[in-house]
Amino acid sequence: MSIHFPETNWFKAPTGGERVWIGLALAWCVVLTLAMPYWHFKGKQNSTGESYRVAPADFMARTEKFVGTNKVGELKGVPVVQPAPGGDAYLVAMMWKFYPVLKLKKDQTYRLHVSSLDLQHGFSLQPMNMNFQILPGYDHVLTITPTISGEYSLICNEFCGFGHHTMASKILVED
Amino acid sequence: MRAPALEGDLPVPEEKPGFLKGNHAGAVRTCDTTGLPVCLEAQKFIQLNAVMAVVALLIGGVVALLLGLTRWPSVHLLPSEWYYRLLTAHGFNMLIFWMIFMEIGILYFAGTTLLNSRLGSKALAWLSFGLMVTGAVTVEAMVFAGKADVLLTSYVPIKAHPAFYLGIILFAVGALVGVINFFLTIYIAKRDKTYAGSVPLVVFGAIAAAIIAVVTLLHGALVMIPTFTWSMGWTEMPDPAWYRLVWWGLGHSSQQINVAAMVSCWYLLGTLTVGAKPLNQAVCRGAFVLYILFINLASAHHLLVDPGVGAGWKIWNTSYAMYLAVLASMIHGFTVPASVEHALRKKGFNKGLFGWLFAAPWKNPGFSAFFLSLVIFGFLGGITGVTLGTQQINIIAHNTLRIPGHFHATVAGGATLCFMGLAYYVVPLIFRKEYPLKALARLQPYLFAAGIVTMAISMSFAGSYGVPRRHWDLEFTGSQFAVGFDSAAHFMMGIVGVGATLAFTGLIIFVLLTVWAVFFGKSNAGKPMESW
Ligand code: HEM
Ligand SMILES: [Cu+2]
Ligand SMILES: [Cu+2]
Repeated sequence: MSIHFPETNWFKAPTGGERVWIGLALAWCVVLTLAMPYWHFKGKQNSTGESYRVAPADFMARTEKFVGTNKVGELKGVPVVQPAPGGDAYLVAMMWKFYPVLKLKKDQTYRLHVSSLDLQHGFSLQPMNMNFQILPGYDHVLTITPTISGEYSLICNEFCGFGHHTMASKILVED
Repeated sequence: MRAPALEGDLPVPEEKPGFLKGNHAGAVRTCDTTGLPVCLEAQKFIQLNAVMAVVALLIGGVVALLLGLTRWPSVHLLPSEWYYRLLTAHGFNMLIFWMIFMEIGILYFAGTTLLNSRLGSKALAWLSFGLMVTGAVTVEAMVFAGKADVLLTSYVPIKAHPAFYLGIILFAVGALVGVINFFLTIYIAKRDKTYAGSVPLVVFGAIAAAIIAVVTLLHGALVMIPTFTWSMGWTEMPDPAWYRLVWWGLGHSSQQINVAAMVSCWYLLGTLTVGAKPLNQAVCRGAFVLYILFINLASAHHLLVDPGVGAGWKIWNTSYAMYLAVLASMIHGFTVPASVEHALRKKGFNKGLFGWLFAAPWKNPGFSAFFLSLVIFGFLGGITGVTLGTQQINIIAHNTLRIPGHFHATVAGGATLCFMGLAYYVVPLIFRKEYPLKALARLQPYLFAAGIVTMAISMSFAGSYGVPRRHWDLEFTGSQFAVGFDSAAHFMMGIVGVGATLAFTGLIIFVLLTVWAVFFGKSNAGKPMESW
């Protein structure tokens, strides 16, 4: 019984169904363990965690420079910025907005730098449903290639104070 | 004659091979139902901790209903500030206070009654209880006063009142003192030779939980102390990525305390309700050892889409370590029902493959809670957990409602339901009070389980449409840019509300019956507990 003392010689190898089950479970765990790196190298969507330390003010300065050279318009008062295909793009999260609105070209690859000026925020692209963490002090580099054109919503999905549920923006992808 | 209260082949005293002479110096009684020795000192502290646990469950539960009704789009009950505030309160009351008070009680029980020993130290037990209560009350006060709207994780740079962090530290130190008292009890039992041979399986599981608790609480100190000193203005802010890493060393490992404690209670309830015996002690114990060894490394799955940690680190820590911990759960998920099957077949319920299952005592809430907990944890919790812990899938799940969908299956449908089942024995055996309205108690585990399952599944579906967790407004009213979710997501959020209401009904029935039983219930002192 589980609540009583076991017989003195309780140590014995598993037998019967128990043995089969442990074998199957172990084999399955081994398969999944190997699948982890396999998926990483074979898969097309990974979070590599590429990131660099950056002071919030520096990141903001880089973003302003990026906006200054690549601005193509405005949407609801927020600059719309089109990075050079294959180039770097910057996105800042702050309570409670994203800056700027990005306009990307389909099938081009970008290095998207995201960081925060204040609290932790979330990068949640909808309706694609792709989610990444944004931390202040870290330049998180997402290497992305949009494959479907259209207008996407970007929402914050890390609690960032009482305005959290109003924090949203757009990412535009054109052909 | 009445049916025997415990269906198992329970021991008459001379059938307890391991028991030698107790060390209680008189402060002991023999349980009228199980014949086991109950240290009176320990009994008092088990009762105190259990009462605090149920108080926390009540607060957490009432708040949960309000949260559920807020996320139900057509009800949208609370104003936004109160949604976030009560979300913080819910996390603390449920995951921290309810669970850990319960677990300290379980440790005291396992160390004394099952080892025929007295409690290690009365002074330490008071110290532990005092610190935990002070810490918990401080945290509650700060949260409800609106001084700590930072949610359970309090990810820096978001900042709460220093007293909030201090409360967490006090609570954690109190829990650590309780764990030390448990180890002291085992040491004393061994020194005084109150038993011979290896400890019972349930005690072994409790030791595993206690070891993990020490590791967990050390991480807690490592992350909470610099956060506290920062909030006081004495030190620099901890690095946000470092904070997340170490916080999850606390947050995830503490889930393993819950798992180890829950699995121990599965074995315990299996024995109490149907007289189940583990088929192979070495297998069950080995699986507990896997928990101790691997679980802390598996906490990496909380950081799968974070900056600051690289791909190699993510792959390494989510593969071998996670799966070896998963292996442990898969083993228990086999051995526990196998022992129940074995016990029931021995009683003659042999018809077909599943005859034993139909013949199981489904009217006994101790049994139904235990078995439903096993199924919900294993299937719903286990499968969603392993899926979400994959690097690529985590990209489409991180911080969406799929996450609470997963962990309500593990901590609410799993551990909480199991502890509710335990209460159906703790109250008659340790408080020596009978439950009133037994028919309602019999129904209770089914209500709670149905509610949690409904809520967990609908949260998971809503999350797969991208609906964020910890979010007050699906409509993004007042936002600069309009955001719309699929209508299926809205529908699913309605089901979340329905499931939450149902789960709350199950929870409140449990709390009311238990409080009633403890304070006004019929005493059963001097005779065996009534049969369920
Ligand atoms: C009546 C039963 C319960 C109901 C109706 C319920 C409902 C909820 C709801 C609606 C949320 C908010 C999800 C969101 O908007 O992000 C939530 C979060 C949570 N629940 Fe529960 N819950 C219940 C029981 C439990 C139990 C028993 C536990 C733990 C032992 C638990 C642990 C949590 C945690 C840790 C969170 C996350 C808090 C955070 O995001 O900081 N819940 N629950
Ligand atoms: Cu935000
Ligand atoms: Cu936010």
